[in-house]
Amino acid sequence: MGNTRLTQFLPYLVVGLLALFPLVESTFYTQLLTKVLIMAIFAMSLDLLVGYTGLVSFGHAAYFGLAGYALALMAPKYETVSLWWSLPAAIGVCALFALVTGTLVLRTRGIYFIMVTLAFAQMLFFIFHDTKIGGGSDGIYIYAKPTMKLGDVELVNLEKLEQFYWLTLALMAAAYLLLRRVLGSNFGRALLGIKVNEHRMRALGFPVFRYQLASFTLSGALAGMAGYLAAVQYGFVNPEILSWHQSGAVLMMVILGGMGTLYGSVIGAFAFVLLQEVLSNQAWFGPSAKHWQLAMGIFIMLVALYLPQGLAGLLARFGRSPVMEAADE
Amino acid sequence: MSDKTPILRTKGLTKRFGGLVAVSDVSLDLHIGEVHVVIGPNGAGKSTLTNLLSGDLPPTSGEVVFEGQDIAGCTADHISRLGIGRSYQKTNIFLPFTVFENCRLAAQSRTPHALRVFHRAEGYQDINRLAQEAMAAAGLSHRAQRVAATLSHGEQRQLEIAMCLATQPRVLLLDEPLAGMGPHESQRMVELIKGLGAGHAIMLIEHDMDAVFALAHRLTVMVNGEVLESGTPEAVRSSPAVQQAYLGGEELLHD
Amino acid sequence: MDFAFFLIQLLNGLQYGLLLFLVASGLTLIFGIMGIINLAHGSFYMVGAYLAWSLSSLTGSLTAAILLAIPLTVILGMGLERLLFRHLYQRDHLYQVLLTYGLILVFEELRSLIWGDDVHGVAVPALLSASIPLTENLSYPVYRLAISGVCLLLAAGLYFLIQKTRLGMMIRAGASNRDMVQSLGIDIKLIYMLVFALGIALAAFAGMINSPLSSVFPNMGSQVLIICFVVVVIGGIGSVKGAMAASLMIGLAETFGQVLVPEAAGMIVYVLMAIVLVWRPEGLFGRA
Repeated sequence: MGNTRLTQFLPYLVVGLLALFPLVESTFYTQLLTKVLIMAIFAMSLDLLVGYTGLVSFGHAAYFGLAGYALALMAPKYETVSLWWSLPAAIGVCALFALVTGTLVLRTRGIYFIMVTLAFAQMLFFIFHDTKIGGGSDGIYIYAKPTMKLGDVELVNLEKLEQFYWLTLALMAAAYLLLRRVLGSNFGRALLGIKVNEHRMRALGFPVFRYQLASFTLSGALAGMAGYLAAVQYGFVNPEILSWHQSGAVLMMVILGGMGTLYGSVIGAFAFVLLQEVLSNQAWFGPSAKHWQLAMGIFIMLVALYLPQGLAGLLARFGRSPVMEAADE
Repeated sequence: MSDKTPILRTKGLTKRFGGLVAVSDVSLDLHIGEVHVVIGPNGAGKSTLTNLLSGDLPPTSGEVVFEGQDIAGCTADHISRLGIGRSYQKTNIFLPFTVFENCRLAAQSRTPHALRVFHRAEGYQDINRLAQEAMAAAGLSHRAQRVAATLSHGEQRQLEIAMCLATQPRVLLLDEPLAGMGPHESQRMVELIKGLGAGHAIMLIEHDMDAVFALAHRLTVMVNGEVLESGTPEAVRSSPAVQQAYLGGEELLHD
Repeated sequence: MDFAFFLIQLLNGLQYGLLLFLVASGLTLIFGIMGIINLAHGSFYMVGAYLAWSLSSLTGSLTAAILLAIPLTVILGMGLERLLFRHLYQRDHLYQVLLTYGLILVFEELRSLIWGDDVHGVAVPALLSASIPLTENLSYPVYRLAISGVCLLLAAGLYFLIQKTRLGMMIRAGASNRDMVQSLGIDIKLIYMLVFALGIALAAFAGMINSPLSSVFPNMGSQVLIICFVVVVIGGIGSVKGAMAASLMIGLAETFGQVLVPEAAGMIVYVLMAIVLVWRPEGLFGRA
């Protein structure tokens, strides 16, 4: 009993401790942790697809990057844009794009789905890379960060690192709670059913496509939320934000943490960003830090081969649920 | 047998795969309160026929009329929602889920399709009750919290039926529900189907002749995709064509 | 657009399409027969190009470099199949994606360590360096025609291999029924290894012969890979015929696109893909 109570309160405890972080730590680590939290939102949004709907998207950076571009294009140059409407607008753009691409990509399955999602992400990449809409390959600078005002009172100014950190933390917690709630509902159960046995779901009378499309759209919208925050943090967007390496990295976070758990995505984002930071640290690895992707590549391959359930699976090995064991048989 | 209008009727139903005609010009009726058994050697097109009725496959030509509405070519989920449920020859369940969750999902499919995303799935009493009733009807209540993958083969077959029942169908398409069952389990399943016969229109595909004659109100024999004979079990049994082509043959005894 | 100009674009489009076919046919065979999605397929294209560059600067001849490089890439393919890909046949596509994505990073960094990050040109073999004059100031390089010729020969060879030989029969049987092949006592592992090595060698060879035209540069593999994904999606997974049709389609669309609507050229292939997805989600020659 005490154990379940602990796991129930653990997320709140973690968020509470994280909230205190900027008070005790330096700017550098606060920024790094902000990045972790942003990637955690991004990874959770993908986990909804990969871990709960059984759709392996390899083009999730499209929605992440699109929101970044949406912000950059909406923000007036040298003036701050209001967080009130620019965040919902960016998310809305991504949801709409996910709805449109979703109707196309969901006509395919398996390997096709992987390739088609990647191809659509690349299409977006080339739209921003080859045309002048988003400043071509140089991208756009976001000179002034968004603020949130009520009347004349400034509630939030993302120029301030701590405030940005807290907003990101709050949005991550909100995304987590939202997804938990959604996944515990009839809708979420239907998604899991589709992941396990799509054919049977159809025979039971579920309009599978609509469920998948709803999941795809929600996932795209949440990825957009993460992308908006990322663009604010970097202070610029360029086509790299929608490159397929971004899609690969976020997929890696989901698997590394343990897919189909949500909190695994948070762990995965944390581990991945930290690993990236460590491997590319020139103070520790000298000139060979330039080739940190070599170590990262080998690490990714090892995870794919030997840690299919991710870190969450490793943690849960002691108290495995019968559901998991049955799935392994 | 009865002259009331059938709940489901096919007319000239045909399915071609390339050059192969799997189901050819099949016309049959299903009535509420009747078990209509379809028999025939392997490859006679029985499973394909089921797939045509359930929407798993679109027919090449012909009609499928359900309550006066032509549903040929409708998708499987649409047909299921109209009230035609099916079970599969090869067990087709959600292996990692509990028995209850398997049935609960099936029952959930009957709720209006507004995507309700904020209420806890277990909070719907009507869905839970449907699931409980389906488990009870299929004799699985004592297994409710077991993970489906850990059930015996016979119990998995029962779960197939329970899921089908939880969707509250009026027409049941049962594709070899006794396949791979022991004698004791088979007996239970026959009783179960007999009990369902009263309130449903059932199309049953079966090889076990004891079960066939214990259950059938109406019997159709298929050979090479075509209906060889159709009528009361007595009439079909005494048909010379059937005796020659099928009932006298060895397939019957060994299949 | 006058006729000579049109002819040049047509030949360029065909040549580009045929080159894509070499890469895409291996990709589609590996998908279709082994059930593996190999993101690192483009890396072998890159490896081929870099081998062609470094060996030709060593030997002074592209032909010699290619002859040396082919066995190297075959060995590389067989070795990787044994070491890595063999563990992935029964696994979910997700892990195949992850492992081969990791492999891309490894290849890129090894390339950077061994060959550096510079762009290099490769000389066209002297024998093929001529141009055929078309009009007063337009001419067409013989080397491009030679590439098209070689690609066509290879395509014909591939067709013959799959349709007419015993190995091809086994490959086709393996595509449809793994258990059947195994029960016939045919070593499916060997077939898989051969198919994989063949696919890798084709991609690498494409990189080699195209190196004088494209020059060699970092990340050249990913560009080709993603276009080849589009080719496979349009053609239908596992269909070599489909790969050929889609390659030519993409080759022509992109070449003419760059001339006629340069701003939108990068998107044309994806628009084509979207149209095919709406119309025939299983691809032009795919099994429904």
